[in-house]
Amino acid sequence: MPSIVKPLIPLAPLARNELGLTIRDYEGAMSTLCAGCGHDSITAAITHALWELSTPPHMIAKLSGIGCSSKTPTYFVRGAHGFNSAHGRMAAIATGAAAANRELTYIGVSGDGDSLSIGLGHLAHAIRRAVKMVYIIENNGVYGLTKGQLSASADVGTRPKKGEANVVAPIDPILLGLSLGATFLARSFSGDKEQLIPILKAAAAHNGLALIDVISPCVTFNDHEGSTKSYRFMREHEVKEVVADFIPEREEINARLSGGGRRSVTMHDGSVITFRSVPEGYDPTDRMAVESYVREHQSTGEVVTGLLYLDETKPSMHQVNHTPSSALNRLTFDAVCPGSAALAELMADFR
Amino acid sequence: MTTDVTPQVRVNDFALKLANVNGTGSASANGLIMQAIFRMGIPVSGKNLFPSNIQGLPTWYEIRVNAQGHTARATEYDLMVAMNGQTYREDIAAVRSGGYVLYDASWPLDTDLLRDDVTFLGAPYASMCLEAFAKPRERILMKNIAYAGSIVALLGIDLELVRGLLAETFARNAALRDSNQLALQLGYDYTTANVACPLPFRLAPMDATTDAILIDGNTATALGALWAGATVSGWYPITPATGVMDNFTKLCATYRRHTEPATEPGGEPTVVNDYAIIQAEDEIAAIGIVLGAGWSGARSFTSTSGPGISLMNELLGLAYYTEIPAVIVDVQRTGPSTGMPTRTQQADLMLCAYASHGDTRHILTFPANPAECFEFMVRSFDLAEHFQTPVMMLSDLDIGMNDWVVPSFTWDDGFVPDRGPVLSDEDLAQMKEFFRYSNPNADFVTARTVPGSAEKGAYFIRGSGHDKLGHYTEDPEKYQEVVDRLKRKHAAAAAYVPAPIIETRPGAEVGLLTLGSCDLAVREAVDLLGQAGIAADYLRVRGFPFADAVADFVRAHPHTFVIEQNRDAQLRSMISIETGLPIASMRPVLAYGGFPLSADQVVGAVRQELEG
Repeated sequence: MPSIVKPLIPLAPLARNELGLTIRDYEGAMSTLCAGCGHDSITAAITHALWELSTPPHMIAKLSGIGCSSKTPTYFVRGAHGFNSAHGRMAAIATGAAAANRELTYIGVSGDGDSLSIGLGHLAHAIRRAVKMVYIIENNGVYGLTKGQLSASADVGTRPKKGEANVVAPIDPILLGLSLGATFLARSFSGDKEQLIPILKAAAAHNGLALIDVISPCVTFNDHEGSTKSYRFMREHEVKEVVADFIPEREEINARLSGGGRRSVTMHDGSVITFRSVPEGYDPTDRMAVESYVREHQSTGEVVTGLLYLDETKPSMHQVNHTPSSALNRLTFDAVCPGSAALAELMADFR
Repeated sequence: MTTDVTPQVRVNDFALKLANVNGTGSASANGLIMQAIFRMGIPVSGKNLFPSNIQGLPTWYEIRVNAQGHTARATEYDLMVAMNGQTYREDIAAVRSGGYVLYDASWPLDTDLLRDDVTFLGAPYASMCLEAFAKPRERILMKNIAYAGSIVALLGIDLELVRGLLAETFARNAALRDSNQLALQLGYDYTTANVACPLPFRLAPMDATTDAILIDGNTATALGALWAGATVSGWYPITPATGVMDNFTKLCATYRRHTEPATEPGGEPTVVNDYAIIQAEDEIAAIGIVLGAGWSGARSFTSTSGPGISLMNELLGLAYYTEIPAVIVDVQRTGPSTGMPTRTQQADLMLCAYASHGDTRHILTFPANPAECFEFMVRSFDLAEHFQTPVMMLSDLDIGMNDWVVPSFTWDDGFVPDRGPVLSDEDLAQMKEFFRYSNPNADFVTARTVPGSAEKGAYFIRGSGHDKLGHYTEDPEKYQEVVDRLKRKHAAAAAYVPAPIIETRPGAEVGLLTLGSCDLAVREAVDLLGQAGIAADYLRVRGFPFADAVADFVRAHPHTFVIEQNRDAQLRSMISIETGLPIASMRPVLAYGGFPLSADQVVGAVRQELEG
């Protein structure tokens, strides 16, 4: 339910997905973010990925916290169920929603302030719990709505628009995720939809929490000289060596056949992720190797992007909790209330 | 040993206190005595006054027996079972004149501890257990059962009944059962051989507990949640609320599992849990989990204590404004801050009633005992979904962690839960358009959809300003329209929360108004005041918003006393705020030291006020 209706501009006949829906059916309200905001590109990538996946809009739950990034769920899939919650609390609310109804696709959108400061604890524990959801951090290194304070992801030495350079060590969501036992870790750049869309599609298929850190420059407060989250810095320092393709389960099986040197991981739902290219000696399923690769590049000022780490063998929260294959919220009252006879029998234990 | 016997015999009307060191296994011996008295059909209460500690600090257990059912905390003790040398002095001082002290005579008692008006009964428990048992841990544990054997003899408890209880408890461990039986016999034999048993205050079987159970409020709360159909809970450990989720977890493992057939041919069927209990990283996440599940249409709840409510304040405001059902159990303990985690209080009333920033008000229920914990828990889920809002049930440590004798719980299989207005896809298909906060019903509640509903029912829930369509707004009138409805919705809940209990006497000018676990002490005070020629009426508030009867009661009594367990007379303030009655029309009677309320505190305060 948009707050500002987006004007629909008629174009040439639009392509339809498996549900017969066009990309328009996956759009939301008009963005009220600044012109050129990286977040709008991410919104476009999410829109595109969900359309390509043919996920029924009403089977999507989109959640966010508070901040510029958290405004964006209004801007995609208007037919999805949305929850713009409180600052930093999205992961906790998504955990409860996923526990109650495992049948939906959960898309959580958050920012670096939301996830790495006020909500860091909730993010960390959602990772540990393996809540099945896509968790996107739209990472710009600043607090936009409060006008440009540095966030916990700001690199040492980066300069805010006004004031001193940052001297406090940043929190890197990827390294954090590696240490917490995350099972799907990707980094991308808002300016690179081509990379981000397959990552988003793979994330939706992942059996657990898929964390995607998307560097998303803030054109108003953090796109200047001296910032390490600017468009220019990213264009100059991004290393895109880990390239992955996502193949949905329903596509032709022969599409899974990978060429020499390629590596595939079959997802829980049967879809396949193929790593089209990885650096020499890089194993996206080896936690320690990934960590040292990311750290090595960081030390030279480079930002490694791509689907960096994947472990499809770990159980998700539903498996750990042994919950039924259908949603808990669909259990009837008769199925969950033990009734009078059971209570009467139990009362004997309290004599 | 002196054998000064008081000639006057008192049957089923006395109190004893047991002083122990925590972590030494005394709880099971004390519980055994309590259970034996209950099984003899006699009204009894047991109150555990324990430290926030694992091992080594003083702990007490108080047992009060009263044939009339006056089992609020007693402040005078007929028998002190003094098993902790650290606290001999204060324990011996606490015995009423003419009372008895039972102590471990393995070591001599310091002569300056002796009192002329008290009878000292010594028994060498440590020495006896040293001789009878080989294992060091057993020697410590069995001392407790040995003194229990003495109490059995002194009070006239049926020894066979106690032997039977031990046999039930240790049905699966013959060695432990035999050790316990032996220790029980050691104490019993020693005392019957050395003391004229039973003492002048003693027990005689009754039939007052035939249809009753012995249960703590936290277990009862868990039972209520289970029978109410809760499927999701988020929680964080905190004394004194942890027992709620511990018990819910155990009960779910028994009642909420089913087998799903194998998904692949030749595969194994799997046992699945029809519930999800999530231990959160903090209380903020706990309530977040509950809201996520409540938004999704599952009955969900959390249990906590005051410090947890403080942390939940932020999201309670979100839930209030976005209209998400949630049930929160607050097992109140002594505040502020960490306060005294193992002591009781009713000091979270205003915190809960008006929790969160901005204009907020919540629905509260106030159980007085475990039976009401069970009943109100079920009611709280209905209220939460009927009104689409958080409902807090305010229990306390006294109710939650002590065993109470209450009527056995029953269940009506015809019960239909009130899920409130939730639109199905069929409902949506009949509608032209769906707007989340439009078309309120008679209780000012608007129909909701849950995630997964057909696209027409999709909406964007937001804690930021929204209009009745659910759209973002900063328009004053559109904003006010929604928050004004929320206020009316809250007021409408007065007719749905548990109604106050009112008991009147002809011509009474004194009104005793109270809530929660003050119940028994205040009822006893009504009797005691009556005996002193002061007729008093009784009203116990059981829910918030208040029913009109609360204000009527205050107006009808020239002397209204509001009795509660906090320093600042919070219930009195709330009544004044909500009804407009002058605060001076109600006199506060306050007990907030952390121990459960006793009748003499109430009687003393009322008489002082009336008699000057």
